Amino acid sequence: MPKISMRQAINDALHLEMERDPRVIVLGEDVSGGAGGTSGEREAAGGVFGLTKGLLPRFGEDRVIDTPISESCIVGAANGAALTGLRPVAEIMFADFVGVCMDQLLNQAAKFRYMFGGKARTPLVIRMTCGGGMNAAAQHSQTIYPILTSIPGLKVVIPSNAYDAKGLLLTAIRDDDPVIFFEHKSLYMDECEVPDGDYTIPFGEAAMVREGEHVTVVALARMVPLAIGVVDKLAAEGITCDLIDPRTTSPLDEESILESVRATGRLVVVDESPPRCSVAADIAAMAAEKAFHHLKAPIIQVTAPHTPVPFARELEAAYLPSPEKIEAAIRKVLSGR
Amino acid sequence: MQISREQMLRAYRQMVTIREFEERIHVDIQRGGIAGFTHLYAGQEAVAVGVCEHLTDTDTIISTHRGHGHCIAKGCDVIGMMKEIYGRQDGLCKGKGGSMHIADLDRGMLGANGIVGGGPPIAVGAAISAKVLKTGGVAVSFSGDGASNQGTVFEAMNMAVVLKVPKIFVFENNGYSEHTGFSYAVGSKDIVRRTEGFGMPVFKADGYDFFSVYEAMRQATELSRQGGGPCAIYAECTRFFGHFEGDPQLYRAKDEVARLRAENDSLKIFRQRVTEANLLPGGDLDQVEGEVRDLIDRAVREAVAAPAPTAADVLTDVYISY
Ligand SMILES: Cc1ncc(C[n+]2csc(CCOP(=O)(O)OP(=O)(O)O)c2C)c(N)n1
Ligand SMILES: [Mg+2]
Repeated sequence: MPKISMRQAINDALHLEMERDPRVIVLGEDVSGGAGGTSGEREAAGGVFGLTKGLLPRFGEDRVIDTPISESCIVGAANGAALTGLRPVAEIMFADFVGVCMDQLLNQAAKFRYMFGGKARTPLVIRMTCGGGMNAAAQHSQTIYPILTSIPGLKVVIPSNAYDAKGLLLTAIRDDDPVIFFEHKSLYMDECEVPDGDYTIPFGEAAMVREGEHVTVVALARMVPLAIGVVDKLAAEGITCDLIDPRTTSPLDEESILESVRATGRLVVVDESPPRCSVAADIAAMAAEKAFHHLKAPIIQVTAPHTPVPFARELEAAYLPSPEKIEAAIRKVLSGR
Repeated sequence: MQISREQMLRAYRQMVTIREFEERIHVDIQRGGIAGFTHLYAGQEAVAVGVCEHLTDTDTIISTHRGHGHCIAKGCDVIGMMKEIYGRQDGLCKGKGGSMHIADLDRGMLGANGIVGGGPPIAVGAAISAKVLKTGGVAVSFSGDGASNQGTVFEAMNMAVVLKVPKIFVFENNGYSEHTGFSYAVGSKDIVRRTEGFGMPVFKADGYDFFSVYEAMRQATELSRQGGGPCAIYAECTRFFGHFEGDPQLYRAKDEVARLRAENDSLKIFRQRVTEANLLPGGDLDQVEGEVRDLIDRAVREAVAAPAPTAADVLTDVYISY
């Protein structure tokens, strides 16, 4: 099987699904770029991270739509198009810009189905780049998915590798509900084996990344490759962990996590979001509530601190969970009673 | 136009400072000393300086992701800015913000801003403060052609007119929002008439000519300071570099930047204007350029040598008290 990057895998999924289903459209800022430029090169960008490259020449301007800088209308238009027969895949360049278009997510997309008594269908995907690691500072580095995970009516997907990204994006586009698809910007160039053709990964089904006996580690997005490094290192010492990547936080595969926690009795949850009202806190609370009698030690959450994301290299490195912090947490949960 | 010799020299110094600052960062980024996303302002100097030469510390401005020029023009400390861009502990924002978030509230500089269209509503609030507190100040927002399409900007324009506040909207049309041309993204292709449609006068300026922007801003401040409500300045200009450092600029004709640098360089145009009209001797301008180069050298030297922030610094300044 060929090894490709997560960027390539997402790009492949978009090509596949636009080819398969003529109702799929893509819209966002600079998704092709070059319109109104002076070079005559119509596809001058293909997305600022190159995720939508090649779509415009293949599928044309009706289906690959460069928009003005207008996030509220990008998501609003995607909502409207989804309600009326298309399957839009909108791009919000950085997840932080959800701040600009929150109403269309919170009060519109998430609510149609319920408010309209089950009559609406909003087959919509909103892709957005999230996360730290590029010193992009407070307004271009946030994870945001805890906020969106908390909204009933939205589904939330957070892949940690190229294989999952492709299969989950195909599922997302074929899903009839609004799906928010997070792409961690520090994972775009990470490669793994990805099948060429069509395959889907169901929502609400966690990946068991490593299997072990002593500790359950749950990690999301870029924390998954970091946790793999730590878990493999500790395995050489005889400390073995279940490493679980939920892949979707809404729906959340509670059962896989609980089953593991019941077996190990020890839980470490790793996420780079700030700690309050976070996915990590949500998973920890769920385990405390539903596997309380199996726990042998207090649950540990490894998260960013309750601060915005800082700019300087030294600050961001200190802000983000690191392999050292993950390792220390695993050792601590093992020593705790 | 009334402008003294000292004011002209000062304006030239500001423009050269912006240019040298940006040219130097462009080089230093390739050496790996600077992290994050950096958007350079070189080419647009006449707009920032033409506008800010009419402002004092009582007046406020709010900037964009492309903020270095506005910061320098409003009087931010150049060495503190360089340190901030290098992510240093004693940078203007302690290394917390970086290039996209430089601010100096004592100078009335309410920040560069990473959210396109984030600034104008905030400047409406600053204009309300000026009106209620009777400071005599005006609030200025800078926005690009791309930002001019953002709903927040439309809301700000309408509300400023409704409230009749001393708010000046500066639109810098440099032809592009990222990789997309102005003529595509601005549907009417006419930011001036669209702005007038909100009910405020627009003063048009040549964005390559300091004197033209200076005159437009003179009229704008005269109107807004005297209770005439909001107005706008519109200037066409260009950026000499890519959207961000690292942008391959595939949307741009190959010779476009070289041609603009040759024909539409606001520094050259300024020099030509003042020397041909015998307003300033060329030697004075040369001297300014030399002094600015020394200043930028020193700023980089100090930034490179300055201490990095520590892990403990991550936790400070989230709140005033908690
Ligand atoms: C709300 C929001 N949307 C999108 C972006 C990404 N972005 C940064 S700058 C930019 C283009 C801005 O164009 P313009 O307003 O013309 O300013 P210029 O870059 O030309 O100075 C875009 C789309 C952003 N930072 N914020
Ligand atoms: Mg522009």
